[in-house]
Amino acid sequence: MKILVPVKRVIDYNVKPRVKADGTGVDLANVKMSMNPFDEIAVEEAIRLKEKGTATEIVVVSIGPAKAQETLRTALAMGADRAILIQTDDEVEPLGVAKLLAKVVAEETPGLVILGKQAIDDDSNQTGQMLAALLGWAQGTFASKVEIEGDAVKVTREVDGGLETVSLKAPAIITTDLRLNEPRYASLPNIMKAKSKPLATKAPADYGVDIAPRLKTLHVAEPAKRSAGVKVADVDELVAKLKAMGVAA
Amino acid sequence: MKTLVWVEHEGGAVKDATLSAVTAASKLGEVHLLVAGKDVGGVAEAAAKIAGVGKVHVADDAAYDHALAENVAPLIVELMGHHDAFVAPATSTAKNIAPRVAALLDVMQISDILSVESADTFTRPIYAGNAIATVQSSDAKKVITVRGTAFDKAAKDGGSGTIEAVGSTGDKGLSSFVGAEISKSERPELTSAKIIVSGGRALQNSENFHAIIEPLADKLGAGVGASRAAVDAGYVPNDYQVGQTGKIVAPEVYIAVGISGAIQHLAGMKDSKTIIAINKDEDAPIFQVADIGLVGDLFKVVPELTSKL
Repeated sequence: MKILVPVKRVIDYNVKPRVKADGTGVDLANVKMSMNPFDEIAVEEAIRLKEKGTATEIVVVSIGPAKAQETLRTALAMGADRAILIQTDDEVEPLGVAKLLAKVVAEETPGLVILGKQAIDDDSNQTGQMLAALLGWAQGTFASKVEIEGDAVKVTREVDGGLETVSLKAPAIITTDLRLNEPRYASLPNIMKAKSKPLATKAPADYGVDIAPRLKTLHVAEPAKRSAGVKVADVDELVAKLKAMGVAA
Repeated sequence: MKTLVWVEHEGGAVKDATLSAVTAASKLGEVHLLVAGKDVGGVAEAAAKIAGVGKVHVADDAAYDHALAENVAPLIVELMGHHDAFVAPATSTAKNIAPRVAALLDVMQISDILSVESADTFTRPIYAGNAIATVQSSDAKKVITVRGTAFDKAAKDGGSGTIEAVGSTGDKGLSSFVGAEISKSERPELTSAKIIVSGGRALQNSENFHAIIEPLADKLGAGVGASRAAVDAGYVPNDYQVGQTGKIVAPEVYIAVGISGAIQHLAGMKDSKTIIAINKDEDAPIFQVADIGLVGDLFKVVPELTSKL
């Protein structure tokens, strides 16, 4: 089975984003960028399925600027077999990404597509579900465990009250949650090897889909700042504060 | 504008998250509800009493049990033939379903809105809540998920909606429910608790977490939360996690014990009314957002606090 793993280049999760003074967005100039953490988990899961003999080939795909090549090389260094970059400097919304991915799926005919549950920049949590809708496939979102059982994919999902297990008809879409696995680090020899793995560059126009944005960002602002707090010296003082607030009797 | 609100229900009762979604939807126009599931007559009757509700569409069919997205989305798409917006609370169930609906309608979803500025303009958090974007949708129909903590809950009583049965769109045969492991807790549900006591990695192990955090929570009648570190280390189950990728909470009082205050954790609790931090590291980032901070060893301080309350 071939597995397709879409990955996104985003601001590194440790960086505190700064809103531009003119309110047009977040300042990404000279900021460290990395692979979206949930996508690393998706790549790792695909590699594990290959190591178990379930998957035969892992294709990673990214939609974004030329620099998204670095993200794809990281995935190749982890163990993916080849990469596709759909290069564009425009911001593509989840709906547009899903439409492009649906075309890639039609070309590549994977048995499974594994995505991250959300990107930590736009926090949308939409692309996997949208792709499943466009393909008419089943979806196993927020996965913390994936088991392939013949033509079915058993997925344990993280839901609000605990865990839920569903059985999906393959081919299917899976989106990863944090607890699915611990992604591996790419070793230096593998990073070197990844440089010679195939990476095809395409343009959105090659796929003939309309990816014009439907949402216009009018303004980006910093959230309201909290006023400075106080430090209390000991537990008695804290108890007094709690009582004053009416929290404790 | 006619809005269709997804009713989240469990054990025959409407969940609180739905009430916030109703408030958000009422800012757009006429509020209709959708109750989908198996044997949901009681839920529909309760839903019809929510203040400000018009029609309550009821789809009672085994195909909708467990709200599988593959079966529920086509039903919603059909109802969207005569609604202008689909509004759902940003719960794990609705976050699973809504984008599937949006793609089938060929519209972009607006996730996790914080406010309704006008019929087509909304605010939403991006970058783990470090920025608030105001976005305008050009789609004819809107698909929206609502951050529960950003909207007041509609009253559960006083409404007089009319209940209308809708035909089933059937089981699509793509997926099936196998089972669930739901955490049992006598404590208030995290997303609607007025007080939350949360523990982090500094608790060191599961035994300490239960021995130190829970008595304080019980004393205060509080919900219990955790940082990702505490969940990853196995001190408590995943559904305790507060943060960008866990639950978003905004209680009256949030007590963070042994939590450093990483960006991803703050994203889930920084809208709490009062934040109290207990940490032995006086430089921990949590103190930058805390209204009241106590620098000290949690193993000494928290039991003392519990005993003095």
